[in-house]
Amino acid sequence: MASITADSSVNNPISSGRAVARQLSDRAIMNLFIWPTLVLLIAFNFFPLFYSLFLSFTNYRATGNTAPVWIGIENYATILTDPSLWEAFTTTGRYVLFSVALQTVVGFGLAMLIRGKFRGSGLVTTLILVPMMLSPVVVGLFWKMMYNPNFGYFNYLVGMGESGQLDMLASRFGNQAIQGIALASVILVDVWMWSPFVMLLVLSGLNAIPDYLYEAAAIDRASSWFQFWHITLPQVMPLLLIAVLFRTIEALKSFDLVMGLTGGGPGNQTELIAVYLYRVAFLGQFRSGYSSALAYIILIIVIAISNLYIRNLNKIKGEG
Amino acid sequence: MLNKVMLGIALLVMLAIAAACAAPAAVQPTSAPPTSAPAAQATEAPAAQPTAAPAAGGVSELKILWAQWDPANYLQQMGNLYEQETGVKVTIVQEPWGTFGDRFFTAMAAGSAEWDGVIGDSQWIGTGATSGYYVDLTDFMNSTGIAKTVTPATLTYYGEYPTGSGKYWAYPTEGDADGWAYRKDLFEDPKEMEAFKAKYGYDLAVPKDYKQFKDIAEFFTRPDQGLYGVGIYTQKDYDALTMGIENTMFPYGGDWKDADNNVVGVVNSPQNVEAVQLYKELYDCCQAPGLSNAFFQETNDAFTGGKAAMIMNYFAFFPALTNPQTNPYAATTGFFPNPEGPNGDRGAALGGQGMSIISFISDERKQAMRDFISWFATEENQAKWAELGGYTCNSKVLETETFLKAQPYNPAFAETMTFVKDFWNIPEFGQLLQVSQTELSKFILEGQGTAQETMDSIATQHDKILKDAGYIKSQ
Repeated sequence: MASITADSSVNNPISSGRAVARQLSDRAIMNLFIWPTLVLLIAFNFFPLFYSLFLSFTNYRATGNTAPVWIGIENYATILTDPSLWEAFTTTGRYVLFSVALQTVVGFGLAMLIRGKFRGSGLVTTLILVPMMLSPVVVGLFWKMMYNPNFGYFNYLVGMGESGQLDMLASRFGNQAIQGIALASVILVDVWMWSPFVMLLVLSGLNAIPDYLYEAAAIDRASSWFQFWHITLPQVMPLLLIAVLFRTIEALKSFDLVMGLTGGGPGNQTELIAVYLYRVAFLGQFRSGYSSALAYIILIIVIAISNLYIRNLNKIKGEG
Repeated sequence: MLNKVMLGIALLVMLAIAAACAAPAAVQPTSAPPTSAPAAQATEAPAAQPTAAPAAGGVSELKILWAQWDPANYLQQMGNLYEQETGVKVTIVQEPWGTFGDRFFTAMAAGSAEWDGVIGDSQWIGTGATSGYYVDLTDFMNSTGIAKTVTPATLTYYGEYPTGSGKYWAYPTEGDADGWAYRKDLFEDPKEMEAFKAKYGYDLAVPKDYKQFKDIAEFFTRPDQGLYGVGIYTQKDYDALTMGIENTMFPYGGDWKDADNNVVGVVNSPQNVEAVQLYKELYDCCQAPGLSNAFFQETNDAFTGGKAAMIMNYFAFFPALTNPQTNPYAATTGFFPNPEGPNGDRGAALGGQGMSIISFISDERKQAMRDFISWFATEENQAKWAELGGYTCNSKVLETETFLKAQPYNPAFAETMTFVKDFWNIPEFGQLLQVSQTELSKFILEGQGTAQETMDSIATQHDKILKDAGYIKSQ
C-alpha cells in the first residue's frame, strides 16, 4: 500500500505539487511573499527616489534627447536664491498656517457639537463628512461657480449679491484689486473640505475619554471650562496632533484645489510651491533636473515639520 | 494546511504581478470614433474605391497621434478615405489635451516608434527638431510643391524651425488663431446704433481698429443690465493670458524678438507697452465679472450667457457659438478678425498644429507617411478636410467661395490666417512663457506696477533665459 501511494505521488502532478509545498520552508514561503513587494517597491519607489536625487544635481530635460549633465549643487543654489521661489514658499506658509489653524478650530468645534447622542446624530455626522469624500478637482470647480460674481451663491451669502462687485477669485472689489482675497478664498474652500477630517479624529478621541473622569470632576464641582481644559483637551491632544500633522503635510502639497480654483493667480497670489513645482516639471518646461532639486527641498521641509510634530506628540504621550 | 494556503496566495500574487508586467506597456487611448454624419458628406465626394496596394512597400497601417477633440475625428474620416483609396489604414490615436504633451514627449525620450506621425503643437517644433524626434521634411515639402500650397504665415509657424531658416519639420494641418465673436442683435439694433453714433460720432459696426474696439466695449458695458463689453483671456495656468495679449501686441506692431533673437528693446518696445496697457484697460473697464481665470471655455460661456457683447477665442471653439443648442444667440452671432493697430498693422495669436513624421520609425514607414501627407495636402483633399470641419491652411481652399460660405466664421478665419504670428517655439519656450504669464498676470489682474515696468521685467528675464541657453551671446 505504501509503495502504491509513493508511485501515484510521482505520476500525479497535483500530488507532486503538494509534495513541493510540503518541502518549502517557512522562510521560502516568506520570501515568496516579500520579494514581489520588494521588487515593486524598488522599481517604483526606491529607484525613482534615488534617480531623482541624482537628477537634482544635473541639467536635464525629460523631453530632450540628451543625457543628464552633472552640474553639482547649481540647481539648489538657483532655487534658494530665486526670489519668486521664496514668494511661493511664503504663500504656501501662509496658506498652511491659516488653513490648518482654521480646520483645527472648526473641526474641534464640530466634534464637540455632535459628541453627544441625539436624534439623527448619525445622519448629521455623515452629512458633515461629505465634503472630504469629494475629489479636490470637483470641489475646486464647484466652488469656482459658487464664487462667480454673476450667479454664484457666495456673494449672496455675504450680502454682495446685488452689487456683483466682489470677485473673490480675481481678488477684486469693483475695479479695485485687493491683495489676499484670492488666497483667503482658497483657504476657505480647504477649510470647508477638510474640517470634517479633523472632526472625525477628534470625535474618536472624545468618545474614548472615560466617563468617570468627568464624574469625578463634577463631584469636585469643577467648572465646564476646567473640565475642558484639564480633561477633554489633554485626552484628545494626541489624536488632534495627528490630525494636524496629516493636514499640515497635505496642505504643504496642496495642488489640485488651487489649480481648479485659481490656477495660481491672479498674479502670484495663490502660487503655492506645489503649483510652482508642477509648472517647472511639466507644462512645456520639463526642467527635470531643476524640478527634482525643488522636490527634494520640499521633501526636506515636510520631513522637518513632521518631525517637530512627532516629537511633540511623543512628548504628550509620555506625559500622558 | 496554513502553509498550503499561504503558498497558494503567494503564487497567485506572483502570477498577478507577472501578468501585469506582461501587459502592453502603454494602453492605446481611445481611437477616433467610426465615421459619423459628417463622413457621409465626405464620402459623397468622388466615389473612392479600395484599389491600390499599400503605397510604401508592406506598410498596411499608419498611426498618428493627436489630441482628443473634434478635428481628430475629422482627420480619422480623412484617414478612412485614404484607406479606401490606397488600402493603407490610418488610425488617429487620440490623447486628452491635458496629457497629450506629456505622453508624446515621454515616448519620444524613450525613442518610441509607437506612432508614425504626430500632429504636434506649433511650440513643440523646436524640441522636435533639435532633439531629433521629427524628420526633416524640407526636401519633401519643396520638391513636391507642398510648401507653396499653404499660406506663408502657417508654413512659418507650423512647419519651420528655426524661424526664417527655410527648414521644414511639419505640414500645416489644423490652422487656428484667435478672432472675435460679437452679438449682431446688439450691433444692428437701431436704438443702439443711434445712441452709439450720438456718443462717439461714427457708426456702430464691426471695429476696424482697436480704438473703435475699445469704444464699443465701453459702450456695451452696462453692469446694471448684466452686460459687459468683452470677454478676454486671463488664465495664468499655461499660455492663455500671453496668447490673449498677443492679439493686441501684434496689431500694435510689437513682437517678442527681432531677427537675431534680441529681446531687450523689443519686448519692452513702446508698441508692446501700449498694447499691454490697452489690454489692461479692456480688462478693467469692460471684462465680464467672473472671468479672472478665463480661457476658451469661460469666454464662450460669457457669450452664450449673454454677459459679453464681444469675446476673444480661437476659431476652433467658434462652432459651439453657431449651434442654437449651445448658444441662444446663435442666429445673431457674428465673427470678425483682430482689428488693426494704430498704424494699420495686422496680427493674431496662433493656435493649431502641424503634422510631423517621427524619426524613430523605419524608412519604409517614413515613406508611407510622406505618401499620406502628399495625398492629404492636395487641394481636393484639403477641400474635403475643410468640408468636414478641419481648419485648412491651403491658400487656394481658403479663398474658395465654398469655403468662405460654409461657416459664418470662415471669412474671418481665412483673413486671419494670412497674418498670424506665434510665441517662441524653441525648447525653452516653457520657461519664457512662465515669465510672461506671471508678469502679465501681476499687471493685468492685480494692477501691480505699470505696463512699462511689466514689459521691462519680461524683457530682462527673457534675455537671461536666452543667454543661458545660448541664443544670445553674453556681452
